[in-house]
Amino acid sequence: MADASNVDAFVEFERVQKSYDGENLVVKDLNLTMPKGEFLTMLGPSGSGKTTCLMMLAGFETATHGDIRLDGTSINNIPPHKRGIGMVFQNYALFPHMTIAENLSFPLEVRKMGKSEREEKVKRALDMVEMGAFGGRRPSQLSGGQQQRIALARALVFEPELVLMDEPLGALDKQLREKMQFEITHLAHRLGITVVYVTHDQTEALTMSDRVAVFDDGRIQQIAPPDQLYESPENSFVAQFIGENNTLEGTVKEINNGIALVQLDDGELIDCKPVNVSRPGERTRVSIRPERVEYNKDRLQEGVHTLKAEVLEFIYMGDIFRTRLRVAGNDEFIIKTRNAPDQVRLQPGQQIEIGWLPEDCRALDA
Amino acid sequence: MSDISQSGPVLAADGTPLKRSLSRALRMQKMRALLLIAPLLLFILLTFILPVADMLYRSVDNRIVQDVLPRTVQALESWDPASNQLPEEAAFAALAADLKEAAEAKTHTKVAKRLNYENPGIASVFRKSGRKVKKWDIDADGPFRERLIELNKGWGDVELWKTIKTYSGIRTTGYFLNAVDMQLGADGAEMRPENERIYNTMLIRTMRMSLIITFSCILLGYPVAWLLANLPSSKANLLMILVLLPFWTSLLVRTSAWKILLQQQGVINDTLVWIGLVDDTNRLVLINNELGTIIAMTHILLPFMILPMYSVMQTINPTYMRAAKSMGATDWTAFWRVYFPQSVPGIGAGSILVFILAVGYYITPALVGGTKGTFISNLIAYHISTSGNWGLGAALGAILLAVVLVLYWVYDKIVGIDNVKLG
Repeated sequence: MADASNVDAFVEFERVQKSYDGENLVVKDLNLTMPKGEFLTMLGPSGSGKTTCLMMLAGFETATHGDIRLDGTSINNIPPHKRGIGMVFQNYALFPHMTIAENLSFPLEVRKMGKSEREEKVKRALDMVEMGAFGGRRPSQLSGGQQQRIALARALVFEPELVLMDEPLGALDKQLREKMQFEITHLAHRLGITVVYVTHDQTEALTMSDRVAVFDDGRIQQIAPPDQLYESPENSFVAQFIGENNTLEGTVKEINNGIALVQLDDGELIDCKPVNVSRPGERTRVSIRPERVEYNKDRLQEGVHTLKAEVLEFIYMGDIFRTRLRVAGNDEFIIKTRNAPDQVRLQPGQQIEIGWLPEDCRALDA
Repeated sequence: MSDISQSGPVLAADGTPLKRSLSRALRMQKMRALLLIAPLLLFILLTFILPVADMLYRSVDNRIVQDVLPRTVQALESWDPASNQLPEEAAFAALAADLKEAAEAKTHTKVAKRLNYENPGIASVFRKSGRKVKKWDIDADGPFRERLIELNKGWGDVELWKTIKTYSGIRTTGYFLNAVDMQLGADGAEMRPENERIYNTMLIRTMRMSLIITFSCILLGYPVAWLLANLPSSKANLLMILVLLPFWTSLLVRTSAWKILLQQQGVINDTLVWIGLVDDTNRLVLINNELGTIIAMTHILLPFMILPMYSVMQTINPTYMRAAKSMGATDWTAFWRVYFPQSVPGIGAGSILVFILAVGYYITPALVGGTKGTFISNLIAYHISTSGNWGLGAALGAILLAVVLVLYWVYDKIVGIDNVKLG
């Protein structure tokens, strides 16, 4: 992973650690390699170290230990203004005393670019985010979404190869956020820039990124493309953090042919895919996605273990049904079913049997 | 909908015009609000606005001459001062009558004092004559021209009569002319002789030194305000206490402390001599001059500069600087192009506050300024409390007020008062 000779690597973190107070590590042993042109999202709860990583890459925080490389050169001792990295901030940080055009012109001015060239680039950048008519306005005269576009244009106007975004859509309403998610990804791919994107919104991470790095407790818990992350979480933190998830606890009885037999705490047996367990007797947390649970007996595979469940609540949500069950003593077991014409609507109090494919049920760390 | 679009005033549901019923509804509220501020309003009116208005009026008030010498003023109406001849007997007779009456009422010294401001020496003529004239019989003892000149040859001076005539109106520009080193001559206003000019010099000195003090405060205060706004709160609180500490000490004590520090046998000079930077026979003159006033007042007014700057800087998000640096700006460019322009409203607020306070400062220049470092306010105080020339003091005060208002207006035109933030 952290091989300096890796020719594809554009951004590299090698054994990076960060501590603010000399007592606690905010970032513990971070290793990360990004190829050029990748859209990578750092996802995690607040305090997980993702923003600190971004700030170290931008140069506003220094790594306590380890090496950060950009295009093969170590940038640990390069001040932020010489790194040539574009950045979009959470509050946009548009300079309130300058017009939009002056804001965009600023990075070009400090690069001593000629006036005509500056004007042309500013115009092109404004057109790129469809804000061509707003050059003469002040940031305070724009709406949140418009300010967001300007912040993006300003980070791109000096044509950096790497752009960092720190929760740039956090302040927008849901609809605008979804629209901007598409615009940012399209723009990034069209321009071929490398993007490191920080967010705590998992939907945003899944829809926008080539790869997602899930942060917790100062470490990357898993780094994978969105579909892998969702379908094959490598530990129970990732399973819990990404999407909705049902958890049952138990002990591994035996592992045969890549299938683990787990005895749940109330004595029932289920088949799972062993991910973080290797030998019988280990404690495990079993994770199943709500939409992978099947209760229609006809569709269940022959011979798999099934569990008894009691329907507690049925919620009609339009495109899907959401049903809360009591399974093996867990009252918060959720299943989601598509609103199809032949779908059975469960009634509270009903006793059913549920099952799933063994590979959808992952035995993770306890 | 159509009945709303009709012409004429909009009507409320009961048919009265909407505006009237709205104002009726708000009247109670307004009355209650007025009642709440009434005590303060009354207090300010009685203790501040009325005295200020009275003082401003005093700067043009000249009723005393008319009140005390009514007959003389009337008799002099037909006299042409340009002729350089003494007035007719009638004027002398009128003066004798006025003077007798005034001496009995003991008001002749007041008018003497008033006229003495304009023509030094008049007071003694009035005072000495008053005692004698009191015994005269106005109807029988004429003619008075020779008798008066015999009594005091001051009455034979045409200049004295010119002064009475010039200052016989109930309003005068005399105090204001005096306050800008001018006087009323034969051909209207003219500059006083070079060696009698003092007030313009004082006014210009006051302005110049206040500007120097304001700039010193900006230079010294800006970094402190920046630190206050950017340090972690525990350290910033400590620094804030240090900034506010002077506020908790009496102004007089602080100024006296500067006296001890700055005098020639004081702490600073002793230290410099001890280090060897300054020769013992050649000690620095740090007090009783402009430098002393500037040092002491900069120190005293510094918190008034730091606090508004701090409150503005606190609102400047640190990500602006980061954004500027991420775009390739050096630390200096980021500061100068991005941080500084946003802190200007704080500098403006602090500067207005410090400048206006400095222009009217009294105690500190009086104690450490000597003769070279005093302000116009010291002269005003002198005229109010020592010389008793309230009219001149009031005129100087009015000019000071006007200058401050003009500067305020200029500032509004250049920077904009809307840009001033005190918090």
